[in-house]
Amino acid sequence: MRTAGSPLARHLHPVAWWVWAIGLAVACSRTSNPLLLLLAVTVACLVVAAKRGSSPWARAFRLYLVLGAVIIVLRVLLHVVVGYKLGSTRLYTLPSVELPGITLLGPLYLEGLLAAAVEGLRLASLIACIGAANALANPKRLLRALPSALHEIGTAVVISVTVAPQLAESVQRVRRARVLRGEGGTGLRSVGRVALPVLQDTLDRSLSLASAMDSRGYGRRTEQSPATRRVTAALTLTGLLGAGIGMYGLLDSTAPAAIGLPMLVLGLALSAIGLRVGGRSVQRSVYRPDPWALPEWLVAASGLLAAVLVVVQSARAPGTLVLPVDPLAAPALPLLPVLGILVAALPAFVAPDPPVARRGEP
Amino acid sequence: MSGPVDPHAPVVFDRVTIRYADRPRPALRAASFALQEGELVVVTGRTGSGKSTLLGAVNGTVPHFTGGHLSGRVSVFGRDTRNHRPRDLAGVVGVVRQDPLAGFVTDTVEEELAYTLEQLALDPAAMRRRVEEVLDLLGIADLRDAPLRDLSGGQQQRVAIGSVLTASPRLLVLDEPTSALDPTGAEEVLATLSRLVHDLGLTVLLSEHRLERIVGAADRVIEVHDDGTVSDGRPSDVMATSALAPPVVHLGRWAGWDPLPLTVRDARRAATGLRADLSRNLGAPGGAQVAGVETHPLGPERLIASAVSVTHGTVAAVRSVDLSLRDGELAVLMGRNGSGKSSLLWALHGSGTRSDGAVTVVTATGARVDPAAEAPRTRRGHVGLVPQSAPDLLYLDSVHAECQQSDHESGAAPGATRATLDRLAPGIPDDHHPRDLSEGQQLALVLAIQLSASPGALLLDEPTRGLDYPGKAALATVLRDLAAGGTALAVATHDVEFAATAADRVVVLAEGKVVADGPATDILCDSPAFAPQVAKVLAPARVLRLDQVLGAATRLGAP
Repeated sequence: MRTAGSPLARHLHPVAWWVWAIGLAVACSRTSNPLLLLLAVTVACLVVAAKRGSSPWARAFRLYLVLGAVIIVLRVLLHVVVGYKLGSTRLYTLPSVELPGITLLGPLYLEGLLAAAVEGLRLASLIACIGAANALANPKRLLRALPSALHEIGTAVVISVTVAPQLAESVQRVRRARVLRGEGGTGLRSVGRVALPVLQDTLDRSLSLASAMDSRGYGRRTEQSPATRRVTAALTLTGLLGAGIGMYGLLDSTAPAAIGLPMLVLGLALSAIGLRVGGRSVQRSVYRPDPWALPEWLVAASGLLAAVLVVVQSARAPGTLVLPVDPLAAPALPLLPVLGILVAALPAFVAPDPPVARRGEP
Repeated sequence: MSGPVDPHAPVVFDRVTIRYADRPRPALRAASFALQEGELVVVTGRTGSGKSTLLGAVNGTVPHFTGGHLSGRVSVFGRDTRNHRPRDLAGVVGVVRQDPLAGFVTDTVEEELAYTLEQLALDPAAMRRRVEEVLDLLGIADLRDAPLRDLSGGQQQRVAIGSVLTASPRLLVLDEPTSALDPTGAEEVLATLSRLVHDLGLTVLLSEHRLERIVGAADRVIEVHDDGTVSDGRPSDVMATSALAPPVVHLGRWAGWDPLPLTVRDARRAATGLRADLSRNLGAPGGAQVAGVETHPLGPERLIASAVSVTHGTVAAVRSVDLSLRDGELAVLMGRNGSGKSSLLWALHGSGTRSDGAVTVVTATGARVDPAAEAPRTRRGHVGLVPQSAPDLLYLDSVHAECQQSDHESGAAPGATRATLDRLAPGIPDDHHPRDLSEGQQLALVLAIQLSASPGALLLDEPTRGLDYPGKAALATVLRDLAAGGTALAVATHDVEFAATAADRVVVLAEGKVVADGPATDILCDSPAFAPQVAKVLAPARVLRLDQVLGAATRLGAP
């Protein structure tokens, strides 16, 4: 979807994609209107189709959609087996099993089934949003954008991602070696015999990697006083706790407004200060950092706008954001949320295309 | 050491002794030497002699990272490693290890080059400029976005060198940088190093088993002896007495040439007389064979491959190869990386992929079977394979347990594997952990295990990796004995000198096809790429090894 005047191909800042995806996810979490949910999933698919790269995690988006479908099916099955059946339109009556405190199976009502399916759809749409962020933002680039206090955790994650294919390789190599000694290479008994050399291999590899990183300057930092370290830890932990509570308040529409957005902002601010203090001792710089320019602002804002408009609608007319089941009726199509979610499709047009990967010689 | 030592020399070792807690004797004993600016210094020593300890001590990896106790003093450009950790020396010393892939932190070339700079907190503009400079310096600019795993071994090692060069160190330390590479890759890396020494004046300290590649370019050689002591000197002085010397040096010592030649070029200039003697005394035209190939009668065909093809995915590794191995024959497969040597061996063995064609092995009872159709346990009795990473076959916690398990697996008499092992490598204690053995001992153990099933044919994939000169000579003797005992052998190797010592027959593969197949002397002497040093020095006389020259000379009364 390259149009005239669109920016040169480059990676959009991964944080922008995540802000966009979380905004869309917040919007989804505040509604059980199937029309809005389906619209949001469609928007996520559209943006992924337009802007994903050729990397393996970009191709994994389909898996998230499949996972979403599985969740819907499971949610409906769960309702059929153990759900509390309500409604007036009886579809079918299964033999019921009375257990103390719970009734298994029993009559099925259209209203109950639909409500369960919409619940599943809401979860599935959240998964689709997270999947979209994963497909669009290279997780390794995201880790590079981490504040320097978290740099070491980021490095550990990058390495574990890199080590996985190597592990598969050494398992294969050792199994071939087992066959050379006359074993079939399958069966439970061979597991131990494969595991030991593979484990040793992995340990050797980790040690040599650690030593290589050490001699390349990894972990250079100035000493911090114990007091500073304690302040850092206290700030970060309190901040994260506050952010967690705030997130809960924001997502749960029944929670008091005070523990919603204000708590989240306060928590994030505290964590940011903590990370800043902790990061002062880490001396490193970032090679070719991803710039934060107009497209990043637009992408992040489009996701946030979707969230804000849905939240505003839920304050003004909460009834329009749910599927009416008692009595069953067609869901409404409120203008404000629809606009908001449509705005979230903007990245498909304003974000730069990802660069085409060049391959090395084989 | 003579004269006062500049305290700010690139490296100063002052009476350095390094012990590890679980070892009876120190890895280094009272080592004293100093490196000058702009020197290319080669460290030699037997496998397990403490070369890696010495190289690790230069930037403080030993003992800061590995543990152990260091007495004496190591300093790098005046910085004592006692109070400078490896990470503090990252901008001064660049360290490159044997397996480049094991040291990579990121996954593309450009990010890897920038990694050290990020750790050193260089500002982004300077970082960008240095990365671009190093990309050009090493000629890898076209690979900048390439995933590191997709590169060839030589390219990977050059990226590893580049990734430490970006920090502009004044000293490079390389621990066997070429031992995991094919000859082309090794050539690339050594050429790069020698350019860095000559153009940038870097000081380079490296260890290398195959001295024939590097000793001619070295300014100095440091030898680590088995007891941990260290001696250093000019290459020709050290080579005059060292047991670890390339064939050209052995030839020079035998012929009494002075100065001792270190390269084929020097030796060839010194060998005018010897060449004349060899051809005159023979009274034969220049190209005549000096020494006959010691031939023992070959038995019947043991392993027959016809039109074998192997494809991995869309890549054709082996294309319709016909090959047969006779009893008592030792065939060496040569060719660059990716030419299909390994794939062919695995297909011949029957446990690897075979896309097309037929392989037949003659069993001990004279039956002709397809090894791929056999169960792994019965197949072992017909044809054995020692893979490239031989220690993969070992999984028990002592040599004794491995031997017992092997007797059990192959239904041999108790103690049979141990007896074979003692023949191949005497004196390995029963209670040692297989992982603690040297490369040569591990190889001997794996060989003993595979031989316990008494296969009629044995295939070896790159067995010389990590072996020093005496280790390779011992392996060659073992394989010659096996061949003399009637086993059919095929060995895939890059090592030209090893091929010259061991092979009856050489098969050269290129792009999955056999491009040459014949007696070792013919194939090796005729090829500029595969000719061993002795052949290059004495051409047109057709000799591969010093003992052939010796034999001819005693027969003819020369020199």
